[in-house]
Amino acid sequence: MTQQPRPRHMTRRQLLSSGTAVGAVLVAGPGYLMHTGEAWASELAHLQPGTFATLVQMARDVYPHDRLADRYYAIAMKAHDTADAKALIEEGVATLNSMAVSGGNPSYVETGWEADRVALLKQIEGTPFFGAVRGSLVVGLYNQPELWPEFGYEGESYSKGGYIARGFDDIDWL
Amino acid sequence: MAAPYDLNDDSVVVIIGTGAGGGTLANELAQKGVDVVSLEAGARHNPEDFVNDEWASFGQLAWTDARTTSGSWRVAKDFSGLPAWIVKSVGGTTQHWAGASLRFQDHEFRIRTEYGDVPGANLLDWPITLADLEPYYDKAEKKLGVTQTHGMPALPGNNNYKIFEKGAKALGYKNVHTGRMAINSVDRDGRPACQQTGFCFQGCKWGAKWSAGYVEIPQGEATGKLEVREQCMALQVQHDDSGKVTGVLYADKDGNQQFQKARVVCVAGNSFESPRLLLNSATSMFPDGLANSSGQVGRNYMRHMTGSVYAVFDKPVRMWRGTTMAGIITDESRHDPSRGFVGGYELETLSIGLPFMAAFLNPGAWGREFTAAMDGYENMAGMWIVGEDMPQESNRVTLHPDIKDQHGQPVPNVHFDDHPNDIAMRNHAYKQGMAIYDAVGATQTYPTPPYPSTHNLGTNRMSEKARDGVVNKNGQSHDIANLFISDGSQFTTGAAENPTLTIVTLAIRQADYIAEQMSQGAL
Repeated sequence: MTQQPRPRHMTRRQLLSSGTAVGAVLVAGPGYLMHTGEAWASELAHLQPGTFATLVQMARDVYPHDRLADRYYAIAMKAHDTADAKALIEEGVATLNSMAVSGGNPSYVETGWEADRVALLKQIEGTPFFGAVRGSLVVGLYNQPELWPEFGYEGESYSKGGYIARGFDDIDWL
Repeated sequence: MAAPYDLNDDSVVVIIGTGAGGGTLANELAQKGVDVVSLEAGARHNPEDFVNDEWASFGQLAWTDARTTSGSWRVAKDFSGLPAWIVKSVGGTTQHWAGASLRFQDHEFRIRTEYGDVPGANLLDWPITLADLEPYYDKAEKKLGVTQTHGMPALPGNNNYKIFEKGAKALGYKNVHTGRMAINSVDRDGRPACQQTGFCFQGCKWGAKWSAGYVEIPQGEATGKLEVREQCMALQVQHDDSGKVTGVLYADKDGNQQFQKARVVCVAGNSFESPRLLLNSATSMFPDGLANSSGQVGRNYMRHMTGSVYAVFDKPVRMWRGTTMAGIITDESRHDPSRGFVGGYELETLSIGLPFMAAFLNPGAWGREFTAAMDGYENMAGMWIVGEDMPQESNRVTLHPDIKDQHGQPVPNVHFDDHPNDIAMRNHAYKQGMAIYDAVGATQTYPTPPYPSTHNLGTNRMSEKARDGVVNKNGQSHDIANLFISDGSQFTTGAAENPTLTIVTLAIRQADYIAEQMSQGAL
């Protein structure tokens, strides 16, 4: 009988190819999500700076929140700055740029309107590249405690004694 | 205090799993003086260990061993490697549960009789009735300290509940309240009252919510009659030439295989792992797996008809503040085929934090429609739908032909297709849920698809006749007298209610039966 793979957990590829968000944090580890460095563009270990800038724009187009600074998207996209992810990402971004050029624009980033960039993304929605970016972003973006106040979310409450005396039933407009 | 037992001690009852079923059974038997060894795949996590952080808690508690999925259910597409959101820990999924503790309704024990022949469904009446369970429901409610039963006060309603209640009343619903919850509304049983912290799903840091992990198990250990072996994964239940089970082969925390002898084996690993273990225990005497002469092991998998409705308002709600499941509407739980489906459903408030909202609101969605919903998070209210789904023979847990786990055992594949009745009920519930919020002035409503299953039921079902199911009315396997099923997989049908109270109730009842049979020498 052929020896079959025996994964301890779901593998990264199984997770990302299925487009599932759950577990991405297990694979990447929660550490990177806490990263708050501002100089993200100069910290790249594997990806080209132009590639990373495109990735950040793509992330913004996938989950556009106009109140959020680029750094939140960049922090999430740092998960792809690895030796393992490099080929998939560089290739995906190159494809996106060549599609932009075919459409008469200099590049993806220089495609002026969001709607035009989204039209390009729609065409690659089913690819492993898009799935990897969206799948990690849905965890890596919204799991940053620094951006929770932008959404009003208050996070951890046990250390403050819960909400028993802090407005669990304070709704006054009903 | 915990009693250590020898691997060769064949007088012990071995229980696999320490959740609602296994954890309760272990304590109940230990209280009666029965020697118990509990094998638990997870580690021990007490309230001080829990974290108010959704993804970090998921990493701490969730069962993420490899599983595969098939079928037309949306979970297979959105979360193909995660068919269930359940827990690997001492206490099992009672660490994570919301606490809703509802009795089944009388008619829900005999739906084959009440609903008739539903095409495509494998309906069967339970071999027990509500009247049989009532004294045990009483015991379970007292054990769990369920609010609005036996003198326990109701919990107060939070913001999410107040919206839900007002909308329900506007629609004419009569039965809306803050639920019957296994969450202390007053200090009780050495545990404090609810502090409205939220994060019920991440483990209650106050210990206000009942969990088998930090309530039942320590009580059992204190008797000196219970040994819990943590991080021990059961691999196989073995038997002798007479067909009686003799013990359990398991992998200990270092990955070494051990064999614990047993007088009785009780399987309570939740509705994927319990049938998987029976199937992985196949021998030449039992080529289709243990207790499977009916061919029903792994079949009739039920997950409740679920879904959620979230709604955005023009002013803040902050639904995450306070009890995660803070109220219920029971009007739709009746059986009333005039609605276009058999069985019924409950509506229960629910909130999830921003990180999980992103993952679960509309999995796979992106773009401005999605982010507009996320931008409304602070002004959002939410409810969960839980209704009776139809048992179908083809919805089943099987062994994957190729993929093995870290112990070399075939992983479970979980196949599920919604029955047309499930779909009709879900659509009705979405419509009602959205109407509730519209009645209070919602500016947007979102019919949200089912999450990975938390209510996993039916894969070793109880039946009067051996040919129709796996276990009898006491959870004892039809084929092997000293082999029991002690979790939700023994449910004949799922009813509309959250299952934990009934799992606990059956475990208390089963403990009486096992102790009695042991004292009579029948086991």
